[in-house]
This record gives sequence, structure tokens and C-alpha cells, in this order.
Amino acid sequence: MTLARELQQSFAAIVRQDVLRAWRRRGQVLAGLLFFVIACSLYPLAIGPDVQQLRSLAPGMLWVAALLASMLSVTRLFAREFADGSLDQLLLSPHPLAWLVLAKVCAHWLTSGLPLLVLTPLLAQQYGLPLASSMALAASLLIGTPVLSLVGAVGAALTLGVRGGAVLLCILVLPLCAPVLVFGAAAGAAADAGQGMAAELSLLGACLALSLLLCPLATAAGLRIAAE
Amino acid sequence: MSLAGGCHEHASEQGPKFGARGLGVQRGGRAVLEGIDFALDPGELLELRGPNGSGKSSLLRVLCALMPPAAGELRWRGEPVRAGDARFQRASAYLGHADGIDADLGVAENLHFAARLAGQEASAAQVDAALSQVGLAGAGPLAVRSLSQGQRRRIALARLALRRCDLWLLDEPHSGLDAQAATQFDGLLRAHLDGGGIAVVATHHALDLQGRTLRLDA
Repeated sequence: MTLARELQQSFAAIVRQDVLRAWRRRGQVLAGLLFFVIACSLYPLAIGPDVQQLRSLAPGMLWVAALLASMLSVTRLFAREFADGSLDQLLLSPHPLAWLVLAKVCAHWLTSGLPLLVLTPLLAQQYGLPLASSMALAASLLIGTPVLSLVGAVGAALTLGVRGGAVLLCILVLPLCAPVLVFGAAAGAAADAGQGMAAELSLLGACLALSLLLCPLATAAGLRIAAE
Repeated sequence: MSLAGGCHEHASEQGPKFGARGLGVQRGGRAVLEGIDFALDPGELLELRGPNGSGKSSLLRVLCALMPPAAGELRWRGEPVRAGDARFQRASAYLGHADGIDADLGVAENLHFAARLAGQEASAAQVDAALSQVGLAGAGPLAVRSLSQGQRRRIALARLALRRCDLWLLDEPHSGLDAQAATQFDGLLRAHLDGGGIAVVATHHALDLQGRTLRLDA
């Protein structure tokens, strides 16, 4: 087997395994989604029925809810593998660890980020956001949520096996996600105001490119430390 | 020693195939072992024996390159071993205290995944053969969740049988196994050694095999 084919195969195997596992344990995925739905629904209840105000707040609120929901799910990215010993087997694979980590993050995004994206246009209706604006918001989430998964993975690796790791993870990761939140919410707001959002999307894309390059390497290093 | 097929073909190089010189091992920042020396050639078995806390598991984690040694070096086919060394990872298999098996997946799904992760492709027939070697013939479609601790250990041993590596690094392979499964495992280990493989085994169980013993004191 050639190396490229082996790499492709190991990537596909991990994505398939993790998506299958999420399906078998779909209660956890649903809980994360339900959290997102409830968090998004709380703001309109608290703020009141002023349509103009809700509409201007919508991109920021939905982005914060998405960020918190992804923190909730990223804590279990490696926890189970760490407990049942399969993390050791992952570390001992002959393939580059950063590549395998990228596959795990990809599966995590498919099972936690992508469903948020699908729900966003629906939830945006609570804020009176028109369809075109909510689709634009979903587009900003499409570029932004993979960054949240990638950065979250670094935190998950660093807090592996630490007691109270979930809180520590949020403290570590949330500040790093601030640029994504700023650009993402700004993109949604710009689209709703009828301005172009190309600049914000480009900045989000830059964040994605940078985290695609750095986060798998940092996560791999964190996992090696956790296994010692 | 005759070397047969599989991944045993590049075995003939000068010096021992797997060796350690002056190896030191730390656990939680405290030195537990130092000055470990050994050299193993194809077909040789090294048993690690010692009381609890003597550093058997930590030594095995160093030997499989999960943990860097505190001192000394580890050599495989005449070259030093480093963490993430693909050449060494391809040739070695490690089994720790935890089985490394996902309870939410099926038995065969776990084995197929393990093979792919190790850069190999296992056919359904090979998976069945590996399972029958550990007395779990026909268990492929079962969910791991429905199996006992000892049966899960057998799946972890089937993973070894499936991968066909040169070097086995096993930590208490007998834990949770009944007498019949322990005998089957001994047969598996003997076949591995007879085929030119090397094994380092930490165990409290009496192995019915010719091997060298490394005694570790607490």
C-alpha cells in the first residue's frame, strides 16, 4: 500500500469510527444540540419582544450559544479514549499523530458543529432575522465552527486526566476563540445590515487556515504529554 | 533461527534486534528504575517480574515509546527508537492494562479499526481467524458492551494475533483470563516466538516457555 493511500485510509477509518460511535451514543449529541436550542431561546425570553432590538442582537447571541455548545462537546473529544486505553493505540499508530488528530477533529465537527449550522436558520426565526441574513449567519458558522473544534481539541488534550478539566478547558480555550466570535458575529451583523461580509469571512478563513495548520500539531504534542 | 514470512523478512542485521542500554525509567517525576540493560534476538522472550510498584508497567511504556526514557537508550534493528517512530511502531504492538477497545462498537468493528490504524487491511476471514485463536469464534457481530471483562481481554489479544508484528510488549496479558484462555494465549505467544518474533511480557503468571527473566525490585 502506498503511503498516501494508507494516510487516506487511516483518516477515513477514524472519521467513520467516531461518527458511528456518536450515532450509537446519540443521546450525548442530542444533549449538546438541545443545549444550543435552549441557550438560543433564552435570550429572546429575557430581552422581550422588541423585534428591532432582537434582530440587531441575533448574530452575537447565536454565535455565543454556538461557542458554548461546542465547548460542551469538545470536553469529551479524547476523554473516553483516555479512559479505555485506545488513546495509547492511537499514539502508537505508525501514521503521523497530527494527521490522526485532524481526523478526530473532523469527526467531532461533523457530529457537533454541522448540526448547529443546520439548526441556526430555524433558531434565527426567534429573533425575527430574515432568511437571507440567517443563511449568511450560517455561512459564518460554517467557516467558524471548525476553528472552535480545532482550538477546543488543543484544550481537550492539555486538560486530559485533570480533575475539573472541563472548567479549565473553558478557561484555556474561550479567550483563544474570541477572534472567531468577533469576526463571526460581525459577519452576521454586516450581512443583516445589507453590507458585504467578504472582509469578515476572509478573516474567519484566515483563522481557519492558521488553526488547521497549528492546532493538530499542538494537540498531538498535548496528547503525548498526557500519555506519559 | 529460521525467519518465516510476514513482516519478519528484514530481520538479519548485525547486533541484537531489540535492546536497551542503561535505560532509566521515571514515574510521576520519581526514578523507579535505572541501568536496565538487555538485548533480544528474534525468537527470544523477556519476562519482567517483580512486586507491585517495581516499575514493570512504566518500563513497558518506555519500551513501546509512549514514554521517553529518563536515561539511556532503546535500539531497534541497530537504530535508536524515538516517540512517533513509524518504522518501530509498524513493527511493534503494545497491550497495556486497559484493553483499548471501544464498548460501543462491535467486536469485528474494533478489530478492523485497529488494523487500519496500524496501516494494515484485515479481511473478514482474517478477523474471524484471529478471534477463533482466542476462543471467540463467531463473536464478530456481537457488541463489546455485552461481553465480560475476560472476553474483552481476549479481543485485545486477538488484535495482537491479527496484526502480526515482530515485537510484542505485553503488560499482564493474563489478567481476567480463565485457564483455557490463558493456555490459548500461551500457544499464541509460542507461535509468535517460533515465527521469529520477540516478546517482552510483564506477568505474575508462570509462563510455560523458555525465556530470560528480568527481576525488578521495588
